[in-house]
Formats: sequence, C-alpha cells, structure tokens
Amino acid sequence: MSTIQIPNRIPLDDYSSVIGAGEVTELRTLAKPLAGRSVVMINSTAVGGGVAEILNRLVPLAEELGINIRWEVMTGGEDFFEVTKAFHNALHGAPYHAEPRHFDIFRAYNEKNAKRLPLDAEFMVIHDPQPAGLISYREKNSNHWVWRCHIDLSHPHPTVWNFLENYVPHYDAAIFSSPEFAKQLPIPQYLFHPAIDPLSEKNRDLPPEFVLDVLARYGIDHLRPILTQISRFDRLKDPVGVIRAYRIVRRYFDCQLVLAGGGASDDPEGATVLKEAQNAAEGDPDIKLLELPAWAPLEVNALQRASTIVIQKSLREGFGLTVSEALWKKKPVVASAVGGIPTQIIHKHTGLLAHSVEGTAYQIRFLLSHPDIAGRLGERGHQHVKENFLITQNLKRYLTLFLKLGMSS
Amino acid sequence: MNAAETPFEFFTVAYLTRIGNQSAGNLEELLTGLEQCSDASIFHHTFQTLSSHHFLTEGFSNDFAQWALAEANRDALAEQFAALDIRDYTSIAALRADLCRVLRDFIDAFPQFSRQEALDRFYFCESLEVTMPFSLTASNLDEFRNGVASISHASFHFHFVTSRLRLQFRTNDFSNWLAAGLGLNSLAETINRIDIYTNTLDSARAKLLRLVDRERRKYEHDSNP
Repeated sequence: MSTIQIPNRIPLDDYSSVIGAGEVTELRTLAKPLAGRSVVMINSTAVGGGVAEILNRLVPLAEELGINIRWEVMTGGEDFFEVTKAFHNALHGAPYHAEPRHFDIFRAYNEKNAKRLPLDAEFMVIHDPQPAGLISYREKNSNHWVWRCHIDLSHPHPTVWNFLENYVPHYDAAIFSSPEFAKQLPIPQYLFHPAIDPLSEKNRDLPPEFVLDVLARYGIDHLRPILTQISRFDRLKDPVGVIRAYRIVRRYFDCQLVLAGGGASDDPEGATVLKEAQNAAEGDPDIKLLELPAWAPLEVNALQRASTIVIQKSLREGFGLTVSEALWKKKPVVASAVGGIPTQIIHKHTGLLAHSVEGTAYQIRFLLSHPDIAGRLGERGHQHVKENFLITQNLKRYLTLFLKLGMSS
Repeated sequence: MNAAETPFEFFTVAYLTRIGNQSAGNLEELLTGLEQCSDASIFHHTFQTLSSHHFLTEGFSNDFAQWALAEANRDALAEQFAALDIRDYTSIAALRADLCRVLRDFIDAFPQFSRQEALDRFYFCESLEVTMPFSLTASNLDEFRNGVASISHASFHFHFVTSRLRLQFRTNDFSNWLAAGLGLNSLAETINRIDIYTNTLDSARAKLLRLVDRERRKYEHDSNP
C-alpha cells in the first residue's frame, strides 16, 4: 500500500497557544459538517519537498477534526520521474525538447496508478503535474476533483502546458499559490498560500544555548551582525548576487554572511553553483558557505534565529516559504520582488523589497542603521505570517473549499 | 442584569479566494477592472483585505491603495484610495462608485500616468463566503462579553466590520444588538466609534471589552449603591 502513515502528530489544541483558542474553535466549527466525509490527497513523494512537508502536518490535523482523510503517494519508475522532472522545469520556463515517448510514459504511469489508488473519495485533491492524469479515470460526476498546483505557471513551456491542458479543465477546481500563476481555464481557480508549521522543528522556539552551539559549530561570531540566506545552491537563488550585495554592505558595517543550503553534493548543478559562490567569496573568512544535509530543520531554525537580517535574493521564486520562516522568527527580511515574495513582504510594512544587488545592499545598510525599524518590520512580519501563512490557515482554506464544493453538489 | 428578548448569535466566517480573469498593468486597466469586476471582488480588495492585514495600522487600507503606492508608484492616488473608509459604506455599489470616481479624477488630472506600466500587475480576486453559527449565544452583557472574548478574528471582523453591508446601516452587529436588545444606546455608540484602521482586530476587541466592563461595573454600582 502507498497510504502514508504519519507517526509524529501535534494535537490541534497545541496550536491554541500560537493562534488563540478562538481560531481553534473556529476550525472545529467549520469541520463539523465535514465529519466522516472522505478526502484523498495524492502527490508523488512522501519525503522531501514542500508538498510532503505540508501534507505531513495537514493530514493529521484534518483527521483530528473527524475528516476521513488519506494521503496516497503515486509510484513510478525512474523513467517516469525523469519525465516529470523535465515537465517540472519546463513549466517553470526552462527549455524543453518534447519527445512523444515522454507523454506515453506519463500516461502509462497515471493509468497504472489509477488501478491501485483509491479514486472514490468524496473530495480528491491531486497535487502537482505528476498525478494530474488520474482525472481521466474519474467516474463521471461521482465526486469532487481539485488540482492543487504548487508550481509557478506564469511562463510555462507551451508544449508541456498544452499537454496538461488535456487534463486540468476536467477538474472541478484548481488551486494556485499566487494569482499570477493562474491560467485562463474554464474551471474556478482558487488562491491558497503555502504554509509553515509554527510547531515544527524548523520553526518552533529554540533554547538560546542551542542557537549559540550551532553558531560555534560553523565558526560564526554571534557578537557581530549576521546576514543570512537559506536556500539551495541554485542560480535562481542568486548566491553570487548575495555575495556582491554583502561586499557593498561590508564597506560600512563589520558583518558576516551565511549562505546555507542543502543538496549541493547530490545535485550536479548545485555543486557547480556552490563552486561559483566559493570563487566569489575569494576566501573571505566572514563568508560562510554551509552545505547542510538535505533535512536539517533545527540547524536552519537556529541560523535564522541567530540572523540580524535574512535575505532572499531570488531571481525567480515559486512562493519562497523561507521568507515566512524568517518572518515567523520576527527577523527583518530583505528580498527580491519576485514570485510569491511580495505577498509575504509588503514593502515597508513587513519587510523590504529590492530589485537589484545595489538595492539589496542599500536596504540591508538601512536596516543595520535603523535597528528600531528592523525590529518593527520583524514584528509585523510575524503577525502577517500568523494571520496568513500558518498551517492552520491552510487547513481552514481546505475546509472552506470542501464546504463550498459540498454545497454545490 | 437586563436580558434581551432575542439573544445575540455569534457566527464564524471563512473565505475562499477565487482568482478572477481580470488583471491590470496600468491605471487605465485598473479603472476598467474596477468598473467590471464582481461585487465579491470589490469586497475582497477592501473589506476582506483589511481583515487579513489588520495588524498593519500605519497606512495600510485596501489593496487598491497598496498597489497604487508600491506597484504604480502614485503616492497621491494611493492616499485618495486609502482615504475611502469602508465604515462609510453600506453597499458595495456605493464603494465601487467612489473607487472609480477617485481613479477617474486622478486620470483626468494626470493623463500622462494612465498608461504607464506598473512594476507588477493587479490581479482581481473574489472572496467567497461560508458562514456558520459558532454555537454561542448571549442574552445579557456578561454572556456577550464572554462571547466576544472567545471568538476568532474572522468572527469579530464579520460582526464588527462587514456587518454594515448586511445591516445596510452605519453600525455593526454588536452595537445594533446592544442598543436594540439591551437598550444600551450610549455603549453601542461608543463601540461603533472604535477605529478599525488604527487598531488591530485584537486591540479593537480589547477596547470593546474594556467598554463593556465599564458598563458592567456601572450596572453593579447602580445595583449595590
């Protein structure tokens, strides 16, 4: 079986201390009419990646509310995941050379999975392109099907999007993370922001001594300002641009730069980008390039908490949940105005946006010179995340969607 | 303590954000969007956005004002949009008319800016509402206080802010009930004057509770002089 069992559960009542008892009561109230009704969430991986991270938290909470929810993972061979990886990159706008066999492989694995996955729940939520073809096996008008697209479709490769368009209009609704990712479709399209879990290892409070211990482990001086960007070593995250911005800031402030991310060792491109960053760092002892393991939530948490300013200088971005992670920790954030970042960073209210290396450097200098303003931005950023980007809000949106879909049938 | 004949029934509300098919890249397109979008869209970008950004008490008013400021770089227009106070409106039609008037006046005064591309587009969205009873009612001031203290942000915003559109009157559900149900006209009026732009939902609720507590103490004092 491919049903995912989730051993580490956090009871819903534990969130009362974060969001307030009224909000938890509200979730219970909204869920009452949905008690016992069936939901199946299907994606393509149980571990790694933002979707699995969200489902790991969302599914147990929905279950606690009395919803008969299951999380299923589709299976596929290497050939399938090579094809869907190419699709994924192409949908993000990367070049793609279409081969007819790619589409055959996609269809064949969707057919195989349709035979073994339960497709008869009242609400079927299909995440991302990999299992999108399962809609072909829906029994006519039998239940509600929703396609949850987590990726940026604002500039998709037309061949891949045209292929997906064979499937998407057959769903009852589609969900996107930003209005600019939505497409012209004949079905309703909804906006769901991705979410962080405030009680997860990546976001929960940490003892200060643990934070200091992590800094010491990586040779970071806790007495001088720390500028941090947490992200994979990926050109779209512009680590070299961050180093250039840091060099401008260094003319005025004695600070350190931490670029921390995972996955470089097992990703050929990641290793190349890390090398580029190392070259750009030119052996500066105050630039720390940290290759973290793929799953190091406590280290990431500690580095974010220890930061004076968090940077997210992406050139392209899906939603960029690392921004919400930093805001949750009340950190002032300087970030690029791309993808979902402006939704999180309301310029001059919850952080500062920039459009260039020089702009990024200027905003960092401004915040280092005005710690009071930096503190206020961090405080408001925390409130913004609390109101809009927590897993409990995500759960509320799903409950509302199921109630709306249920009403329409 | 007085008891109302009709108890106050607390509701909760949840919104689904539907992405519309319209977007605007300049002021002229924004005007077309404002004229043509649904009422649910005007509601989303004014009433609803105030709820999801209630913690911004220094200059955030509605999505149109924020876009004019941050994306179109038109401070004066942003100020005009921000000056529209949703408490003055009991219908979306009237609010839409004023939003269009403000933008039309600006375009007439500064036609050179009307087709200037903004940094990012404005995407029209809609709020689809689901309301549900909270299983909580109040018949007297004590029960009312406990109820207000325990409801969610969305519920508080629903009763205190968006209620104007339901009541078609410049008041809110709480004041309406306190006056009509308990005869507490003065308390009702004072509560209706709490500023939702310079308060967060939490601080507005705290002020409301303080006013209710003062009324309760007055009642206790009058009962046991």
